[in-house]
Amino acid sequence: INKVLNSIMCDLSLFQPLPAKYGGRHTVTLIPGDGIGPELLNHVREVFRFSCVPVDFEVVNVNSAMTSEDDINNAITAIRRNGVALKGNIETNHTMPPSVKSRNNLLRTSLDLYANVMHCQSLPGVQTRHKDIDILIVRENTEGEYSSLEHESVTGVVESLKIITRTNSLRIADYAFKLAREKGRRRVTAVHKANIMKLGDGLFLQCCREVASGYPDLQFDAMIVDNTTMQLVSNPEQFDVMVMPNLYGNVVSNVCAGLVGGPGLVPGANYGKDYAVFETATRNTGKSIAGRNIANPTAMLLASCMMLDHLKKSYFFSYVKNLCLNCKCVSSLQLHTADIGGQGTTSEVVQSIMKLIQSKGQLTTDL
Amino acid sequence: MTLRAALCALSRAVRPGGCGGLPLSRTLQVCGATIHASHPRQGSTYTPPPARYGGRHTVTLIPGDGIGPELANHVRELFWFCCVPVDFELVNVDSSLTAEDDINNAIMSIRRNGVALKGNLETNHNLPPSYKSRNNLLRTSLDLYANVMHCQSLPGVKTRHRNIDIMIIRENTEGEYSSLEHESVPGVVECLKIITRVNSLRIADFAFQTARQNGRRRITAVHKANIMKLGDGLFLECCKEVASGYPDIAFDTLIVDNATMQLVSRPQQFDMMLMPNLYGNVVSNVCAGLVGGPGLVPGANHGEHYALFEAGTRNTGRSIANRNSANPTAMLLASCLLLDHLKLPAYAHMIRRATLSTVTETRMHTADLGGQASTSDVIKSIRNAIQSTGPLTQSI
Repeated sequence: INKVLNSIMCDLSLFQPLPAKYGGRHTVTLIPGDGIGPELLNHVREVFRFSCVPVDFEVVNVNSAMTSEDDINNAITAIRRNGVALKGNIETNHTMPPSVKSRNNLLRTSLDLYANVMHCQSLPGVQTRHKDIDILIVRENTEGEYSSLEHESVTGVVESLKIITRTNSLRIADYAFKLAREKGRRRVTAVHKANIMKLGDGLFLQCCREVASGYPDLQFDAMIVDNTTMQLVSNPEQFDVMVMPNLYGNVVSNVCAGLVGGPGLVPGANYGKDYAVFETATRNTGKSIAGRNIANPTAMLLASCMMLDHLKKSYFFSYVKNLCLNCKCVSSLQLHTADIGGQGTTSEVVQSIMKLIQSKGQLTTDL
Repeated sequence: MTLRAALCALSRAVRPGGCGGLPLSRTLQVCGATIHASHPRQGSTYTPPPARYGGRHTVTLIPGDGIGPELANHVRELFWFCCVPVDFELVNVDSSLTAEDDINNAIMSIRRNGVALKGNLETNHNLPPSYKSRNNLLRTSLDLYANVMHCQSLPGVKTRHRNIDIMIIRENTEGEYSSLEHESVPGVVECLKIITRVNSLRIADFAFQTARQNGRRRITAVHKANIMKLGDGLFLECCKEVASGYPDIAFDTLIVDNATMQLVSRPQQFDMMLMPNLYGNVVSNVCAGLVGGPGLVPGANHGEHYALFEAGTRNTGRSIANRNSANPTAMLLASCLLLDHLKLPAYAHMIRRATLSTVTETRMHTADLGGQASTSDVIKSIRNAIQSTGPLTQSI
């Protein structure tokens, strides 16, 4: 109990409270999304309640079938108020007219969540073809190919604009190097395609190099995206921290997620200057496995741990994180869901996590 | 700027021959229901590519940079050894010069000969942006709209995945590689990604024709239409239109991030994949990595009138140049594709069989596959294999 008290004291001295903290309890926006989002977020709420985590969730539903933007605007207002959010993926219907922008994208750009951070780590106990992967991917989250600026000036000819700006590139490079330094990383690799997109990716690369010169303790190199993906597939252990524009980030993060065991295992965080939104890294809706109790809750639980870390509840963070890792360590196949080759259901996995939390002696409500 | 780009794209789109042009060598075998605009040179029988005189074909050879020259030499030696009726017209392109004369000579030579074999030309990042990528210039000037890459797991090559057999068809001329960029406001760069209806229909048609010819059952289109709704949405629409004309071939679509994740976990589910330029680049490199690396996979670029063969992943291999350690397999298999295109199947079969047996049976592997053989060892082994199977060869 002393250890816990001490850590609380340490936290309080450095603690900068975030908005929406009243009476020692944080309020966090919760956006269930579609597909497996609602069920997984329910499990997160259960685990939080069980572990007596001082977080209240403000649920904001976003209906992706509606064309009006009210729902998403409500969500954005809620996040602006609370400062932090946890979300499931919101489906983008391809058959709707192009004026219906992707809701996820709208969220990211309105709140200026410019950095997407994904930590891909090989988990012991999960059977993969590659071992010892530990890659931190920092992906520019607001511009690049995702600017949603397209037009058809001549019928049959569509132009999509990919925007790269100096300010955003400097910003994301700076974030990447700061993060690398914080986490004790040695090497940052920029991924680009500047041999073809000379101005665009050339500018990105130039900004990365400028920022790199201010961090002489960190090694910096650059790699073309096609070579990067090939290296990732054959030799992923060589990568440490990777920084890249939006589309390459999408592809590379999915490749890495596939390498460490699939979309059910990796959490992702979107950081802006004032807000932070946490979700699963590969942003899958999981429509085909929704409601069947077979989804893997690990990614969402680890995302909630990242959120707790952000809220400076670090003792909770390491605690619950160890739990999830322990679940993977347990050799019994019962605790693996179908996506990693086991036969467990979501509820079984969550129950065993809660049992483990209880067994470690932390104050909990009854199971 | 945008208007100019649109006009360029339009002028490229309005082209004699229209959509659905087929590579020359495939005319005879087509029995699809769609009618295509007729090629000016083709009749009802096969028209050989130009530059065939006295029974010998002339093929343009562009050595390129890095490992290109040494591998091109090996190909030439092997062809001479096997008495293949092909003469190479060597065209050197110096990638350090800013003048476009070299590459224009190469293009003219390919126009004359109809077929080429090339190594990759390096693009120096330090040169000003007005200096376009030479490889890209070649592809767009000759309108080599389809890039075909066949990734197959080879027995005897140790990889983490087995039984991969994916054919990747990638649009080769537009998309993100249009090289149209500008900086209207300092610090803000706009890169244009062009998708046109004509080119998308053309590449989709090519893919379905190729699938039918090669007995493929399923085509997967890779896109990012949830974000790039107009652009990739148009591409997808064109693919669906063409798919409706080929009811015997199953068609589905996959978003590029999901596709790459599936490729890494379960690549055996894919049969044939069709996609625009940039996704094609990434996906083809992932697949090349899955089957054993850049030294094993050949690539072919097809246009209506011309064909260009090269290593699939277009690496210069600068760091291993002149060290006799490069893997010649990709270039040799590319030359076999060349021979197939020239309707010389016997020679193609002979060289292909010898190359594959060296990799799979003799297990003579270069450094990139984890072995210790040098390039010349591998070549020698291939020559031995060819000589032992009996056809007329020069003496070693």
